Amino acid sequence: MTLGLSLGIVVGYLVVALALGLVAYRVSETTAEDYYLASRSIGTLVLLFTTFATLLSAFTFFGGPNLAYAAGPEWLIVMGTLDGVLFAVLWYVIGYKQWLIGARNGYVTLGEMLGDRFGSTGLRALVAGVSLLWLFPYVMLQQMGAGEALVGLTNGAVPYWGGAALITGFMILYVAVAGLRGVAWTDTLQGLFMLSVVWLAAAWVVSALGGVGAATEGMLAARPEFGSFGGGTYSVGFIVSTAITIAFGVTMFPQINQRFFVAKSAATLKRSFALWPVLVLLLFVPAFMLGAWAAGTPVTVPENANVLPVVLNEYAPAWLAAVVVAGAMAAMMSSSDSMLLSGSSYFTRDLYRPLIDADASERREAWIARIGVAAFAALAFVASLFRPGTLIEVGDTAFSGFALLALPVICALYWPRTTRTGMIAGVAVPQAIYLAVVLSAVVGAVPTLPRTVAGGWDVALGLMLLSGALTVGVSLVTAPTEESDASRFAVVSD
Amino acid sequence: MTRSRSDLVWIPTFAILVAFAVPWPLWGVDRVVAGLPVWIWWHVGWLGLCAALFALFVRSGAWERGMGRRPESSDGRTGGPALGGDRR
Repeated sequence: MTLGLSLGIVVGYLVVALALGLVAYRVSETTAEDYYLASRSIGTLVLLFTTFATLLSAFTFFGGPNLAYAAGPEWLIVMGTLDGVLFAVLWYVIGYKQWLIGARNGYVTLGEMLGDRFGSTGLRALVAGVSLLWLFPYVMLQQMGAGEALVGLTNGAVPYWGGAALITGFMILYVAVAGLRGVAWTDTLQGLFMLSVVWLAAAWVVSALGGVGAATEGMLAARPEFGSFGGGTYSVGFIVSTAITIAFGVTMFPQINQRFFVAKSAATLKRSFALWPVLVLLLFVPAFMLGAWAAGTPVTVPENANVLPVVLNEYAPAWLAAVVVAGAMAAMMSSSDSMLLSGSSYFTRDLYRPLIDADASERREAWIARIGVAAFAALAFVASLFRPGTLIEVGDTAFSGFALLALPVICALYWPRTTRTGMIAGVAVPQAIYLAVVLSAVVGAVPTLPRTVAGGWDVALGLMLLSGALTVGVSLVTAPTEESDASRFAVVSD
Repeated sequence: MTRSRSDLVWIPTFAILVAFAVPWPLWGVDRVVAGLPVWIWWHVGWLGLCAALFALFVRSGAWERGMGRRPESSDGRTGGPALGGDRR
């Protein structure tokens, strides 16, 4: 009966979200700009929560508390710094300018924007290809998270593949019917829902443990090192490189980067930035502290399981554990649907149309987009069944891959002297090296290249510097091509 | 001092906000205050400070001037008509 109740809450929640998507579908138009960007009409509350819910995924909701449980609550600082502060600053630096030129020139994707500026279909396809490559493991991460969540909630009655399949099915259905407006609306619902359930769960567990002070005391009795800042996993190199690679990576994530195009007005953007750190704080403190406090409780977390559902099963009523898992599914779904939607816009607009069929009708393009989404999600589902690492490892790999795009894009936005060759070198070379590093860990024949050096410094950080140096260096020694047009990125008042 | 010069103050401000979002001065400190390790309180206070300064920054108009735009309090669409229109 409890099992039925738990599953009922989770599935019921998914159905409500789907219904909201259908309402949004009914008010949508059939243009690409409306489907992918909701006609650039998003207001403050929805922009804030759609970015928030899109950003926070299985990586945050389960990976974060898991890491806090295993290695200490410093993860709160790492994620708070990168999401709450560094990402907000990058939102100013990259996002506002992208919004200005995107609204003026009608850009829908990052690749389209760069391709137009440098007059290069090759660059456009390269950026889209790299983005889709790293999007794949991240979609997979959501499916892994959902699979693990339902195993934890139902004590194994629902198998891992069942949970992963459930979310895959919903994602495909969702993206196929609802465009960005539907995604943004459900994100708002999901963001508010996530915040409420995390606070409810934290309040419940903390009162069961005898208050915040008692929970911390219990944590320190079991793991004294959790009280002091730094040490263990949290070396200076780990904190700095994780914060930098993820924050820069996030700005190049297709589903986040496209959020830079959708605001209704500058005032919307400004209000969202200022509110952002508070929103981040409100979610991360209870979520990650729950993970850290769990280390002081007698609960045992089985291998491959997530700490949050296990703790809730122990200290909270079954319905609350189910509601929190529904909240986590919300986090995963709100990220995945946005990822698939953005991925499909990159695929159809930057790869299919320019390279395969330039004269495809809107109707045909819409079908290609939906088939692409289904194929992409299905392949990621198959890959998720092999569980190629923990949530944090898989997530970190994708973030670093995206982070390598950030400095060339900043160059292009702010330095009119940037050339097409400089961009291609700055994007392609570091990506190729990073891909070799990632693959060397999987392919047995190749000696494994280290992902971190000198006690926790991520190689991606070095490759980011290389990407910047290559973009600037190669631009200086090459001449702008005839097709490129720096004025496309000029921002003027008139 | 011209307006654009005073705008430059924001660069070190942001550098400090980013750099000390990680409570480096409390490295290794394990004091518990009001139920939580003291460095967690630093983090909470720091993000609050960031939100306040971000609000001040966007109000100052330094952002627009930094990008060569005329600071304005309108809806920011002075760069030209947006494709796709202003439909709600």
